[in-house]
Amino acid sequence: MTTKQRPKHLNLVKIRFPITAIASILHRLSGAMMFFMTPFLIYYFALSLQTPPGFAAAVNWINSGLMRLVMVVLLWSLIHHLLMGIRFLLVDFDIGIELSRARASAIGVTITALLVTLWMVKGLFV
Amino acid sequence: MSWRAHGMRAWVLQRFSAAYIAVYVLVILVYLVPNLPMNFLQWREIFAAPVMNIATLLFQIALLAHAWVGIRDIIIDYVHPVPLRLVLMTGMSLLQIILTVWVSMLMFSVVRL
Repeated sequence: MTTKQRPKHLNLVKIRFPITAIASILHRLSGAMMFFMTPFLIYYFALSLQTPPGFAAAVNWINSGLMRLVMVVLLWSLIHHLLMGIRFLLVDFDIGIELSRARASAIGVTITALLVTLWMVKGLFV
Repeated sequence: MSWRAHGMRAWVLQRFSAAYIAVYVLVILVYLVPNLPMNFLQWREIFAAPVMNIATLLFQIALLAHAWVGIRDIIIDYVHPVPLRLVLMTGMSLLQIILTVWVSMLMFSVVRL
């Protein structure tokens, strides 16, 4: 019996990532990023609730350039994760599992998440 | 064919916690963001009100359940040596329990009864 040599390489440059895979890995990445930010967010949440100077410090922190960038990334993470989560839920119920529709919804979620983030950033910071 | 063996429990836990998290976040975005900026007392009052205080504690508990399943899935997918897997899962679980105790103490300290 001969086994067909199938191409097997885990070279990230060679592997093809279809849009469904990209949208899916971003779901995971966004979830992990939000999770690893929770200790910091809880710390500043606690600080802001305990004393007036703590509140002022937390507001200052949020208004710093670095935190604004982190907030934008977290906001995108939240929106992408939520939309992609809804998509996964529909797929669990066999809705939109045909390749063309799965591809379309993955593109739709990825683009919508970016647009909604931009819209919210514009409302919050500009 | 138990409920646990099929991972059905984790699936249900992840979806139900997701629904609560989504509703809480949307309520925060819709009611809180338009009222910004606010001062310390206004901010504290939001979370001192018993309904929001309990809702926030439940949010942390939902987050604990949701992230526990998600982090577990990530570890199972990418970390293959069993001892390392156990160490990471234990560490992540401990972290999440500590965060939940922290939020519980915080909510208890600000609640207006």
